[in-house]
Amino acid sequence: MTTSQYWESTTDSSRVVSQFGLHADSEMKRNKQMKMLACLKEPRGRIATAVAVAAMLAACPLHAQTSLTGAGATFPYPMYSKWFNQYHKAHPDVEINYQSIGSGGGIRQVTEGTVDFGASDGPMNDKQIAEFKQKRGCDILHFPTVLGADVPTYNVPGISADLNFTPEALAGIFLGRITKWNDPEIQKANPSVKLPNNDLIVVHRSEASGTTYVWVDYLSKVSPEWKQKVGVGTAVNWPVGLGGKGNEGVSGQIKQTPYSIGYVELVYAIQNHLQYGQVRNQSGSFVKAGLASVTAAAAGAAENMPDDFRVSITNAPGRAAYPIASFTWLLIPSKIQDATKRKALVDFLRWMLTSGQNDTAALSYAQLPKQVVAKEQKAILKIQ
Amino acid sequence: MSTTATLDQGVAPPGGRVVSFRRRLRAGDEVAYLITLIAAGTIFLITALVFYEVFSQSALSRHKFGWSFLITSVWDPVAGTFGALPFIYGTVVTSILGLLVAVPEGIGSAIFLSEMAPPRLSNACTFLIELLAAVPSVIYGLLGIFILVPILERHVVPPLKSAFGWLPIFQGPFYGVSLFSAGIVLSIMIVPFIVSVSREVLLAVPRDQREASLALGASQWQTTWRVVVPNASSGIVGSIFLALARALGETMAVTMVIGNTPQIKASLLAPGDSIASVIANQFTEATGDLYLSALIELGLVLFGVTFVLNGLARILIIATSRKGAHS
Repeated sequence: MTTSQYWESTTDSSRVVSQFGLHADSEMKRNKQMKMLACLKEPRGRIATAVAVAAMLAACPLHAQTSLTGAGATFPYPMYSKWFNQYHKAHPDVEINYQSIGSGGGIRQVTEGTVDFGASDGPMNDKQIAEFKQKRGCDILHFPTVLGADVPTYNVPGISADLNFTPEALAGIFLGRITKWNDPEIQKANPSVKLPNNDLIVVHRSEASGTTYVWVDYLSKVSPEWKQKVGVGTAVNWPVGLGGKGNEGVSGQIKQTPYSIGYVELVYAIQNHLQYGQVRNQSGSFVKAGLASVTAAAAGAAENMPDDFRVSITNAPGRAAYPIASFTWLLIPSKIQDATKRKALVDFLRWMLTSGQNDTAALSYAQLPKQVVAKEQKAILKIQ
Repeated sequence: MSTTATLDQGVAPPGGRVVSFRRRLRAGDEVAYLITLIAAGTIFLITALVFYEVFSQSALSRHKFGWSFLITSVWDPVAGTFGALPFIYGTVVTSILGLLVAVPEGIGSAIFLSEMAPPRLSNACTFLIELLAAVPSVIYGLLGIFILVPILERHVVPPLKSAFGWLPIFQGPFYGVSLFSAGIVLSIMIVPFIVSVSREVLLAVPRDQREASLALGASQWQTTWRVVVPNASSGIVGSIFLALARALGETMAVTMVIGNTPQIKASLLAPGDSIASVIANQFTEATGDLYLSALIELGLVLFGVTFVLNGLARILIIATSRKGAHS
């Protein structure tokens, strides 16, 4: 085969392909297929086919695709995947990929710069932020997206009413100080219920998780003993109890073990129709967790919201506020070099804060209060 | 026979096409040697690389805790104190428990399938066993927590406690999830490995051996136990090692039934934790270099535990097989 022959066949096929790319005509398609089949029969044609296929792939996307990648928290994953999917439908040129690898992984990956944005159930601490600044040379911004909450769930045979829990009771149970169901601390909050004289069996999450973080963050706010002995983290050294893997592991364990108590994510409890108790908040009223009471907790905390949104809203003030709630955050670098990516991310954030917030209830996530949305709208301007 | 003869004749005269054929054959030898060498070398390389990575990435934790990492029991990510002993204990106990149940069960069924069962039944059973080996471990974990644990709770543990309750290993309350449950789930998971490999090696024992033994007046069982099984023993031992390795490294199924409580209790009915399960549980959310490093060091410890247990098992087998040879 001579060089000239080779070029001839190549240009010929690519011309056909580009024509095909412009007018998708079935007649032409058939012609081209036949031509390609003919090409395959001789070695010279094979190279031409390969070139043609490559040309076709290159010609295919008519408009530029912006692809963003993110990684992190698993708790908001169902919400995020719905948002990213809907956003892609409304804006076909933007595609957002999200991997729910866990909050710790999200923080690590955004710090290493392997993803465009991270996501976490707990805010980054000062040390992590300093490390981010040092490695990436800019700030990391926290954007609350939705709210989550933890609820105490239990299995006490013969009791169908929702039990009331005081903060002292919850701390006592998880510290291993309260060991019986009819302990005065539990009984006095439930005067109408006759609690049994059985041993409490505590169930907690076995793996490190944002759900645990919120739960122990609450306990350490209401109990100095907890704060000093155990502390706050996504995984802690539990004084008592069995570990169940995931929300399903904890709730499965509780279903099977009479007289057990544990905590699960509110979304999980709602979707699986679990029985869960009410918790006494700062102003002294027993509140059952629900989308409204969780949003109320965020609204209560909104007044003292710092500019970087790194705030814990457990034990929030307000009569209607449910005390064991938390934001979940997107972590976005303040400087994004690639202008198209920056625009796509900023546009998505604006969309998420407006129409995106309307989708939260369908998936049992509590939506952000208005004050927080307004504040985030301003914070978006910091992305450059 | 005739083909061998012609080949031999063809090789004999030097020169011509035969020599070039031999050369190519020789070249084929070289090629085969190289390819297999690369394959074997890759395995060595992967092991060395894994070891190196785990060793170097755990430096922070190794320097901070030294050997005390292996003998302390507090695992507190908040305070940054890490000790691996409860995890080592859980891994070793559940694996040994799994082997204790799975080895007699696995070798027994392998002997039945290869020596006694009609071939058709044997083949059908083998197919089922291989199917069991392919079930993902998360399925075993789910079956464990939703089906096996309630059965243990109702029908197995109460009689065990009433019969052997005086033994410390069967004392204390039983919450369902425990070292015992994890050991039983592991035994179910590793039986297929033992059965499938052992059956193959038993079947590979030459027919002459069995016939010779039977001709000398040995019964079928004597032949199986004194001739066939010793002949296949190295393969059976291999299957047990494979099963042990699987048990030591099993993550998902164990974490779902073990209770994930890092503590050391004499009772098998108490919840515990294992190395593989704590790594899987905490790695994704681990923040902080020391915490990560400690988790990676647990991987290094698992390497060591596997090494030691394998060595001990080997010594045990050599010792017992020598005794068998003398008697």
